[in-house]
Amino acid sequence: MEWGAARSLALLRMSTQITTLHDDVRWRWISFSPALVIMLVLSVLPVANLVAMSFFKITWAEGRSTWAPVGFANYAALGEDPLYRASLGNTVLFAAVSVTVQMLLGFALALLCSKALRARALYRMIFILPILIPGIVVGAIWKLIFNADFGLVNQILELVAIDPVDWLGEPSIALLSVVIVDVWHWTPFCFLLLLASLESLPQDIYESAKIDGASGWQEIAWITLPLMLPAMLVTAAFRLIVAFKVFDEVYLLTSGGPGTATEVMSFTIYQRFFTENRAGYGAAMSVSAIFIVCLLLSLALTARRRAGSAT
Amino acid sequence: MALHAALIAMALVVLAPFVWVIAAGFRTQISLLTGEFFFTPTLAAFQDVLFSKSSDFILNFRNSVIVGVASTAICLVVATLAAWSLHRMRWPGWVVHLFLAWALVFHMIPPITMSGGWFAMFRALGLDNTFTAIVLAHVTLNLPMAIWLMSVFVREVPDDLVQAALIDGASTPTILWRIVTPLVAPGLAATGVLSFVFSWNEFAVALTLSLKQTATVPVAIAKFAQEFDIQFTQMAASAALSIIPAVVLLFLGQRFIVKGLTAGAVK
Repeated sequence: MEWGAARSLALLRMSTQITTLHDDVRWRWISFSPALVIMLVLSVLPVANLVAMSFFKITWAEGRSTWAPVGFANYAALGEDPLYRASLGNTVLFAAVSVTVQMLLGFALALLCSKALRARALYRMIFILPILIPGIVVGAIWKLIFNADFGLVNQILELVAIDPVDWLGEPSIALLSVVIVDVWHWTPFCFLLLLASLESLPQDIYESAKIDGASGWQEIAWITLPLMLPAMLVTAAFRLIVAFKVFDEVYLLTSGGPGTATEVMSFTIYQRFFTENRAGYGAAMSVSAIFIVCLLLSLALTARRRAGSAT
Repeated sequence: MALHAALIAMALVVLAPFVWVIAAGFRTQISLLTGEFFFTPTLAAFQDVLFSKSSDFILNFRNSVIVGVASTAICLVVATLAAWSLHRMRWPGWVVHLFLAWALVFHMIPPITMSGGWFAMFRALGLDNTFTAIVLAHVTLNLPMAIWLMSVFVREVPDDLVQAALIDGASTPTILWRIVTPLVAPGLAATGVLSFVFSWNEFAVALTLSLKQTATVPVAIAKFAQEFDIQFTQMAASAALSIIPAVVLLFLGQRFIVKGLTAGAVK
């Protein structure tokens, strides 16, 4: 009976392939071409153009640009540019610290929330809110909160008799302040993904662990963590991608300052292009950023493959 | 009990900045600067932001809605068609892999690196300072995410249904419209909500592609905060107003937001 059904289905498939082949090819192209055209014209072409620009010194005058070929000089200059080195270092530090803190806090929150049976939906709704707010608004809110004179943070510090801190103006603290803002903004994202992963874990393992007398911490260390490792890697990868692109908050909170304390990649590139009129050099910086992105991506994919084969 | 204490403490940390900023929007500049705890609420800052001649906030709000709705609509159509094409029609493997790999790399590139090229391109086409330019840029930025998400839902459409429709003589557009679209409706909702939110929130590209008449809400708020003589209460009021869409979406579409953000990541 089953075999018969399977065979007739296979026969049907063959016949439909023949009758709809022409239509298929045509619609295969029609359905794919909008996405293909958009990606080719608006992403591949500009990136190719960036690569070309990076080998020229480009100056704008009277609405016209003049291109003078300089070979690899723009790339050579990157290594000696203290601003570029500062921005690279700050971006890596910023991404590493804020994503680590977000993952730890997000995991702790997800564990807590999964134990809260009744109000879970309410907590989840509150915790999601920061994800949906524009980065620039998050920046505006925290610029007010970190204000040295009347901000909420210093008001609270005053209550416990601690001297006011210049959160955004003090070079040694400014990057930390941006990290704090990013942690507030994006911990909810880690929480949400990790909670979803936590809820999808098979429950029978926990029951048998209980019977074997495992403690709560043992459960977390030996069951929850290993099972959640793939989801955690994906979550951390998502976050690292966005952290690497950080622009809005820095633009509004500190504009890269004081000095180069919060200079990050996106902001440095923005300045080269739009405030300093050094498009060729900015392009070289952009290409180096894209190169670093590809490097990170291949590292992440390798790590995921390793994790996948280990479990 | 300790559990709920910890969760309530975290909820307070999340909510306190919102409450404080909304409250700041109801203060006078002097009341905010002196930091007095009790104050008589005033609508002055909100009125300034919404109705004063020097503020374009209502225009900016309208611009953001136009850009958000248009880019989301285009994104959904293009992404659904592409996801169906890539996963359910017989493309050679390398086409699928190359396209998805590029989409992933492009998604990781800081948008600011693209905006210089886009600016030059749209200006050459005479599209500078138009909604078309910003909408197209937002479609491009959100397309990788949308294709990725729609792929998750498109793959779950049962093949038997499609085969049955083919046998009945349905054409590909009929199948896409009558069978696939209803089945992936939850996916469309999830992708649509996220794509709208990302467009609404996007700043770096909108900043470089817009002038006064096409500026979106984030661009306007950045202006408030960058002025030499910052009007703190107006900045707070405009921040409070720009949170409204997020709160509305949170109440109406929480399910879809959660589904969209978690689809693909878990499993």
